Amino acid sequence: MRIQNTLRIALRAIQRNKIRSALTMLGVIIGVASVIAMIALGSGARASIDQQIQAQGTNVIFVSSGSFGRPGGGAVRGGAGSVTTLTLDDAKAISEVRGVTRMSPMVRGRAQVIAGDQNWNTSVEGGNEDYLAIRNWALASGANFTPRDVLVAEKVCLLGDTVVRNLFPDQDPVGQVIRVKNLPFRVLGVLVPKGQGQFGQDQDDLIIAPYTTIQKKLLGITYIQQVYLSADNSDDVERVAVDITRLMRQRHRITNPEEDDFTVRTVEEMAATRVQMANTMTGLLMSVASVSLLVGGIGIMNIMLVSVTERTREIGLRMAVGARTRDILRQFLAEAVSLSVVGGVAGIALGVLVSQGMTWKLGWPTMITSTSILVAFAFAGAVGVFFGYYPARKAANLDPIEALRYE
Amino acid sequence: MSTAPVSGEPLIRVVDLRKSYVLGDVTVHALRGVDMEIGAGSFVAIVGASGSGKSTFMNILGLLDRPSGGRYFLEGQDVSGFDRDRRAILRNRKIGFVFQNFNLLPRTSALENVELPLLYDGHARSGEDRHRKALGLLQAVGLGERAHHTPNQLSGGQQQRVAIARALVNDPEILLADEPTGNLDSRTSVEIMEILQRLNREKRITIILITHEHDIAEYGQRVVAFRDGRVVSDRAVESRRDAAAELAALPALQEEAAV
Repeated sequence: MRIQNTLRIALRAIQRNKIRSALTMLGVIIGVASVIAMIALGSGARASIDQQIQAQGTNVIFVSSGSFGRPGGGAVRGGAGSVTTLTLDDAKAISEVRGVTRMSPMVRGRAQVIAGDQNWNTSVEGGNEDYLAIRNWALASGANFTPRDVLVAEKVCLLGDTVVRNLFPDQDPVGQVIRVKNLPFRVLGVLVPKGQGQFGQDQDDLIIAPYTTIQKKLLGITYIQQVYLSADNSDDVERVAVDITRLMRQRHRITNPEEDDFTVRTVEEMAATRVQMANTMTGLLMSVASVSLLVGGIGIMNIMLVSVTERTREIGLRMAVGARTRDILRQFLAEAVSLSVVGGVAGIALGVLVSQGMTWKLGWPTMITSTSILVAFAFAGAVGVFFGYYPARKAANLDPIEALRYE
Repeated sequence: MSTAPVSGEPLIRVVDLRKSYVLGDVTVHALRGVDMEIGAGSFVAIVGASGSGKSTFMNILGLLDRPSGGRYFLEGQDVSGFDRDRRAILRNRKIGFVFQNFNLLPRTSALENVELPLLYDGHARSGEDRHRKALGLLQAVGLGERAHHTPNQLSGGQQQRVAIARALVNDPEILLADEPTGNLDSRTSVEIMEILQRLNREKRITIILITHEHDIAEYGQRVVAFRDGRVVSDRAVESRRDAAAELAALPALQEEAAV
């Protein structure tokens, strides 16, 4: 029998039991819609991570003191940042590694900052004049501090947007003086807002000052906590990171990698961890969504079995007038696939709506890709074939005489 | 589409036809060796009580079932060993069925019911072609006006006429009618028999009529009686009934008289 006729018969059978068909499709609709929404959520999360990496620069490398590695050998180990063995000399040596274009030492603390009658507790980060460039951070107004400021530990600073809004609600802070732990700092510039960070933290709640100033005047330390580096191109990051690790082990006379007192990480590495997290999450949600699609498929199988039983005489008659095994098989398979495909299309539409609703109402990033639509569509079709095959087979294998006599 | 019959071969020839079923522990012998020839263009009535084997015989002749023993030659070709699909193709091309309970598809127009066999004959033709052919046959059985009625909008006699139109749509050689008048009143029965006699006479379609009513059997040229799976008598009908003449003699009734 020709395909158009097969389809026509299938669609007519579906129309004949409108409510039953609609309820059967509902299972597939919900399944497909949740698959679409979950993929959209996953792609959205990945896209926003990618965007943040782009913003940070893909060629950034961090060297931190302390180790994230697994503890071993029984030695007492501090976490990253708790070790005081990372020095300015290390930083300078690292900047000599081939492929490193910029380097900034980094120290960090928290302090109460005061301006006029306003005060605010914020993070204070210290870097050198290249710090902003490495972090791909621009100034909204004012100017960066100079190498000389760093050299002489000048009490100057740059303000993040949140700090500006809290200390200078209606004033231009550039040129003003704020007090950090009771030391006067002159405000040189204001940073452009970066918004929420990777974990929802406020990236603009900070002030940046020369690291020398923070070391001497605020924290009273001589070591540094981190070194920020940028490599000349992002393809080279891996190699540069390996070279730095080798150099640091040499400098710190470490033979066993388990005893590293430093950690080298790249932005890409960090992003990879988070992409993996996002993927795990998406996978989890997807499997829940797939279960509902599976249940939808079972619904189709159930209704097709009922339909085959109800139409036993029709099947017998079709066989008597010349329908072959494959004609009957195709007819019922087409019916099951039509149910699942029509349900799939409706489910895709619903899934797109739900995804947009999540973005709109909950602010979660979602992204509908053509791949996800194709995958969902193919999945729906496959569910129809898989769950429709058994009932169709049953119909096709009926004995025509018994089927004709069936009451 | 029919292949030329082997010269001298009757349309249907069965040799020592046997059929047995296993029902639980018992083996039921429904046919115990039947030999018969049916020539092209004949009108044979097969009679017998229920359980006589006449339905089994018809199922085998109609290629709905396979014999357990013996041979069945259709146009000289041994079809007793044909598998499901080859039998389906032959049924589609050579055999039209008319059943006691009409077996029309519910909620489907008369026209589409008649078209049904055309869907399975392997020819690519347009919907219009199918409609035209089906409509022509409905007109031939006097139902041209009711082509778009569904079975529940038609009387029993009208439904059976739709079923006859359906049986004819693929120009079969054989029309197998299984108790076609079993669910109809006597007047409508005569009308149906008139159509069958006319088809036999004008189109030379071989008619095999299964019935348990002896007076209905006498519309045929030949009556074969079955009992316990065997043929017990096979005789020509001496005074054959003529349905057209009987209808003319009946007082004109409803619109159905205009067949």
